[in-house]
Amino acid sequence: MLGLIDYGAGNLASVRKALAAVGADVFTPERPHDLDRAAGIIIPGVGHFAATRAIEAEWRRAILSAVGRGIPLLGICLGLQYLFDGSDEAPGVAGLGLLQGRCTPLPPTVKVPHVGWNDLRLERPSALLDGIADGTQVYFTHSYAAPVTDATVAWAEHGPRFTAAVERERVFGVQFHPEKSGDAGLRVLRSFVQLTNSPSHQATKC
Amino acid sequence: MLAKRLIACLDVRDGCVVKGVRFEDLATAGDPAALARRYNAEGIDELVILDVTATIENRRAMEDTLRKVSAELFIPLAVGGGIRSEADAAAALDAGADKVALNSAALADPPLISTLAARYGSQAVVVAIDSSREGDRHVVYARSGRSRTPRNAVDWAREAADRGAGEVLLTSIDRDGTRSGFDCLLTAAVSSAVPIPVIASGGAGTFDHFYDVFTAGRADAALAASIFHFREHAVGELKGYLRERGVTVRLSPC
Repeated sequence: MLGLIDYGAGNLASVRKALAAVGADVFTPERPHDLDRAAGIIIPGVGHFAATRAIEAEWRRAILSAVGRGIPLLGICLGLQYLFDGSDEAPGVAGLGLLQGRCTPLPPTVKVPHVGWNDLRLERPSALLDGIADGTQVYFTHSYAAPVTDATVAWAEHGPRFTAAVERERVFGVQFHPEKSGDAGLRVLRSFVQLTNSPSHQATKC
Repeated sequence: MLAKRLIACLDVRDGCVVKGVRFEDLATAGDPAALARRYNAEGIDELVILDVTATIENRRAMEDTLRKVSAELFIPLAVGGGIRSEADAAAALDAGADKVALNSAALADPPLISTLAARYGSQAVVVAIDSSREGDRHVVYARSGRSRTPRNAVDWAREAADRGAGEVLLTSIDRDGTRSGFDCLLTAAVSSAVPIPVIASGGAGTFDHFYDVFTAGRADAALAASIFHFREHAVGELKGYLRERGVTVRLSPC
């Protein structure tokens, strides 16, 4: 069972439908300790980084504790940004700090939000992006972005390069919307679901 | 590189796809879910479902359509027509839309743009602007082109962006349904004035109209109905045409 965190940031209908399409069994945890029974955790989210403030301290502890037990975690869009230390969009709100770096606004030299299909440039092999070819076009919609770091497995470019996908051990994130990226997106979600079925020592080999 | 988007518009009335000529003379043409499936297979980048009559009675039919389409197609889906309140937007998003397009409601109550952007994020809020040329002015119309407003399209687009809209869907009333080409002057004027993406609409008749609006018109996306509707494989052929001329498009899925 995958725990889909609903913290009120936008609309989860599309994520739910795409997860259903790849055969994932999803529940929405009501209390932090519900995450004890999750085989994987997904933090979705669109909108403002400040919305992540709704993820209270006990939820943060439960998510970090699950990550500590080797439970795969996937952040989507705002959920990816939340894996980092924080974002200039809401300077007073801390991210999970699982990955180092701060999210910054896309520059005014390009149209913002960055909306549409852009190329995924693969940085290194990744379990999450297994079977996804370099240059695959996926759907983005965001105004802030995470820096390219050693956790980056794919980047994209709109103005500067930014992180399009991250992977560190069992922590995963995508800036694009796999639930809106056609077959390529469904493939990424399917890979995550498979990772939740495999023991951690196998997944970290990649 | 960010691809220029091709968006198919499905004008839906009472659960059926229709296509308007200058917002009048609706002629029936098909089942929205079936058409959405075909466009997806042909490689369309995004879908807009426009409820052209938008009455309370057919809202449930529209939500059923959204549910059906979003359960099987995993590309962005916007809905417009009849989104008059936060509750209408919530119902459309819950049914599976990713974005709502506000038109008359935003003109009547501009703070609604900010309310929805705060609740769902700017990426979920498209402000649709219908405009008609009067001399060198681009006048904004409300109520599907039926009522003239004192606003001009460039200023209204700017205000919409300031209030938190994530995109502008800009329709030339003069060109809509005429197949005589997008209004590139209007589109370029608005696109250069706002920091957010602009979707050009109204007038698509030939492939070079798309090339023109993506280059001279500075559009980030182009929306059409008939050209995709009445010609099989138009999406793929159009993308090939644009790519040969140096426009970045999304490669069609194989």
